Amino acid sequence: MTERLRVENLYKVFSKSPDPALRMLAAGAKKADVLAKTGMVVGLNDVSLSVPSGAIYMVMGLSGSGKSTLARCINRLNEPSAGRILLDGRDIVAAGEAELRDIRRKRISMVFQHFALLPNRTVAENTEFGLKLQGVSPQARRRRAEEVLSIVGLARWGNHYPHELSGGMRQRVGLARALATDADVLIMDEAFSALDPLIRTEMQDELLRLQRTLKKTILFITHDFQEALKLGTRIAIMADGELVREGTPQQIVLEPGSDYVAAFTREVDRSRLFDARWAMTPVQPVPLAAGLCLAETGDGGGLVLDDGGHVVGALDADTLRGLRDTTGLGNSGLGTGGLSALRKDFVTVRECDSLLDAARAHRAGRPMAVVDEDGRLTGTLAADRILAGIASAPSHPAGGLHA
Amino acid sequence: MLDANDLNVFPVDAWIQDGVAWIALNLRPLFLAIKWPVEYVLNLNIFLLQEIPFLAIVAVSVLLAWRLASLGVACFSAVALIAIAALGVWSEAMTTLSLITTAIVICAAVGIPIGIGCARSDRMWGVVRPILDIMQTTPTFVYLVPVVMLFGVGTVPGEVAVVTAAAPPLIRFTNLGIRMVETEMVEAGLAFGATRRQLLWEVQLPLAVPTILGGLNQTVLTAMVMSVVVAMIGAEGLGLVVLQGLGRLDVGRAAVGGIAIVLLAMMLDRITQKLAQPGGPGGRPLLRSLRALVRSSRPATSKPAISSPDQ
Repeated sequence: MTERLRVENLYKVFSKSPDPALRMLAAGAKKADVLAKTGMVVGLNDVSLSVPSGAIYMVMGLSGSGKSTLARCINRLNEPSAGRILLDGRDIVAAGEAELRDIRRKRISMVFQHFALLPNRTVAENTEFGLKLQGVSPQARRRRAEEVLSIVGLARWGNHYPHELSGGMRQRVGLARALATDADVLIMDEAFSALDPLIRTEMQDELLRLQRTLKKTILFITHDFQEALKLGTRIAIMADGELVREGTPQQIVLEPGSDYVAAFTREVDRSRLFDARWAMTPVQPVPLAAGLCLAETGDGGGLVLDDGGHVVGALDADTLRGLRDTTGLGNSGLGTGGLSALRKDFVTVRECDSLLDAARAHRAGRPMAVVDEDGRLTGTLAADRILAGIASAPSHPAGGLHA
Repeated sequence: MLDANDLNVFPVDAWIQDGVAWIALNLRPLFLAIKWPVEYVLNLNIFLLQEIPFLAIVAVSVLLAWRLASLGVACFSAVALIAIAALGVWSEAMTTLSLITTAIVICAAVGIPIGIGCARSDRMWGVVRPILDIMQTTPTFVYLVPVVMLFGVGTVPGEVAVVTAAAPPLIRFTNLGIRMVETEMVEAGLAFGATRRQLLWEVQLPLAVPTILGGLNQTVLTAMVMSVVVAMIGAEGLGLVVLQGLGRLDVGRAAVGGIAIVLLAMMLDRITQKLAQPGGPGGRPLLRSLRALVRSSRPATSKPAISSPDQ
């Protein structure tokens, strides 16, 4: 993925003459120090991040952490005090009035927490608002409005007024308005925070669905860590105007890095966040007989594979021990009698299945095979590994214990 | 003992007298320039309202009241206008109405732009605000003195006083209405790349309309009051009826003037008050009411039909 948006050493101090505060920050002072010394409020303190094209990049933090300030600096609703914001390599902070207006019209659009729909205009008129500002002809912008309204599922609501719509529908209009200008960067400032929980979940699913086809670069601001995990391809966590942790959802849950971040990750439902690949024990098959390989499952038993790496059956510990004792492995000892001892009751899960699915599929006493997209065995998964993965981070994320 | 009168050593009255005399003499072109448009609009209004037949005015007023406010207000307007005619002061009432409509036109033309300017510039608001404070705390009666000195006596100088007294609420409410527009709305405008002018016309002004119309209601009522008071400097209209009644100790005549004033004021208040409330009959905001008024062939309750071009 190429980089779409890059923020470099961004500072924001809410003051007309921020220089003293900036000097303090550069010397390593914190938000509280600056407030005590100069009375100036620090919004952002040396924030740098990189948003890949097509990502849903979540900026997560509590109120006052500077997350909204960051979002609003991107389209300069807040004027950054220092630093650079590069959109495809062009510095937005340095842009003049006309260039900024052009960026806001064509490149970056925004969805607001409280929708910010104009009450005196219909849904369609609200949707075409950005195009109207650009001077697009009424017919063309109405056509485009109808197009995006049907994308967000409001095709028949164009002639209604915002006050006739529910909260979720209003935010769909907000989203349609942002999509109408065809901007490739979307800033969503707490876009779903004002919605009730059920509608919020619905909108999150809707956004994920839309993103699969639209492939916008989305900077999503939220105070809800669950939302960040659900939507985000990457998450940045902010506190006191600083970026305290940045990474994929899994990385952050595995290694919070600080108590502040750990406080959010503690309540995370790992069984949905992590997949079987992450908790499985990789296998190293050894030749067993002509055209057959053995992959040990760690409990003394093993899985038998054919040439293509597909599982044909399982051997329990006793059978395997018997085979070892009599003939030794690798020496075509698995005769017709041995093959008949193959159990067919093993369980298969895919690598990308969540641990929750793996736990559901698990049956006591039956080995679990983890296979890739082509059905080839890549690992095994024992009950203790599933539990360890769900409960907390295992000490050996891959390999280890049974290898 | 010090007596209060001992402190009266400065001839302030003489200074002001001289000052105003100097202004009246030297700035005469300025006052003529102010007076000219007022006179023009006023004469036009008087001409129209006096020439249009009684029944036509009643019909138009009732229609306006019905479309802009409600059926109840329309009925009241009809009754009020017929009562005024029955009292025998129709012509005077129309003169007073022209004073008021002229004030509305001039206040809107001058006051709304000033209000917009104040909303967009804190510095301008800093200058205008104390002036408005002084204008609004000054008793309407006191306006008459400088007006007489600078503009003379009669109906046109009276109109100048009416406009001066009626403009401040509209300026104030316009400024307030624009400043009260939610920041998120303004930011939505900015985020989609609005210029300052687009922001004003597309976002701020439309959302400020209810507040501005509230100011218009205040302006109408102030103009109503002032149009009566200016009878003292020779303006014609219902105020003059009351003044003449008082002068001749003709209580009946004075009361007739008073009743007509009350009826006219109530009618104007009801109509303009409804403008400011979102949703008149059928829950229609003002702009749609006005639109509906233009295409009055449509039924009053029809939804605003903004048809899509493809259909």
